[in-house]
Amino acid sequence: MPDVLDRPVGFPGVETLTDERAARRTLLAQVERLETELGQVFCATWPRTEMARPAVPGRGGGPRLLSLAELEELRDDLAGHIADARRALSDRTWVEEQNRRLIEEMMLDPARHKWRRVSAEDIGEPGCRHWHVRPRWSFIGMLMGWWRVVVSSGCPLAT
Amino acid sequence: MIDLELTDGWVEPELAEEFPELGLVHARVDVRPGGSPPEVKQRLRMLADRYTGGKVVHMRQDPVPWAYRVFSRQVGIDPDQDRTPVEAVALKRLKQGGLRSENVVDDALTIAIAETGVPLIALDAERVEGELGLRLAREGERLGDVRPLSARQLVVADSQGPVAVVLGEVGEHAGVTPETGAMVLCALGVKGVPRISLEEALWSAAETLYTDASA
Repeated sequence: MPDVLDRPVGFPGVETLTDERAARRTLLAQVERLETELGQVFCATWPRTEMARPAVPGRGGGPRLLSLAELEELRDDLAGHIADARRALSDRTWVEEQNRRLIEEMMLDPARHKWRRVSAEDIGEPGCRHWHVRPRWSFIGMLMGWWRVVVSSGCPLAT
Repeated sequence: MIDLELTDGWVEPELAEEFPELGLVHARVDVRPGGSPPEVKQRLRMLADRYTGGKVVHMRQDPVPWAYRVFSRQVGIDPDQDRTPVEAVALKRLKQGGLRSENVVDDALTIAIAETGVPLIALDAERVEGELGLRLAREGERLGDVRPLSARQLVVADSQGPVAVVLGEVGEHAGVTPETGAMVLCALGVKGVPRISLEEALWSAAETLYTDASA
């Protein structure tokens, strides 16, 4: 019995080849799905130009057939970057939602938000528009408590 | 009337197994290169007017550009660094404020790529030997005896060796020159891109080249 247990597994001189095809197909499909998600996250961040774009570097060496390990590494990189980008976007949209609520409060009660200013960028929209709580008729308005929200639009002309 | 004979290139079995829908369609065009006629320049201007920042940002979600982005990623390229041809054209348009005319061959490829999203290359028909196809570069192989290729790199090859890198540069030894008498236009097909798009890209480029010839 000990002889049987000690006997080496396999046959000497016969090499076992692992069939990677199924694993490779799965990884390629995962990369495809993750690239789609990456595109969706990228498009969702627009027009927030100051936000870091999710970027996954290439593997180097031009277009080539990647090894199984490289495909796994690529899949993990993509998944990690997408998760980071989603989290950053989620944090940003929460702040934008708060700013939208602030604009509504400014509109309802301008006197409570004297001199407050919110820009289109603060609510994740393109353009140079901003909402600014200012007194009507300058000093008279300040003394009398006549406050209003001024909505400006249009970007300054290029010089 | 243009007479264009489309031919399917061969694909190395190992590559075909990894990417079953990978393909190369090519066609010979008996046209000499030269300057672009006014009609082609006008077409470039009209094409440039169609681009806006928002459209370029969302281009990556359009089916054909997306398919080439996925393929780029799967072969180890970062499509945000080494842009797919259609995105490169769009970015050039945004940076330059228009699409400048270079010569009729480059203009024809730009128009076809921008309209269909399919990457195209032009080769000198007289400097290509045998049938064209797609394969992996072999150990120590070079692109036109100049540029070293990494092992297992995806290349467009003829019977003599690699003539271009897939989604990359064309070897100088096989590229179009002012002395070229006839060209071979090649369109790369990947998963998610219908065959009709490849044919449309080749027809579009050939039509532009024949515009020049008939001018």
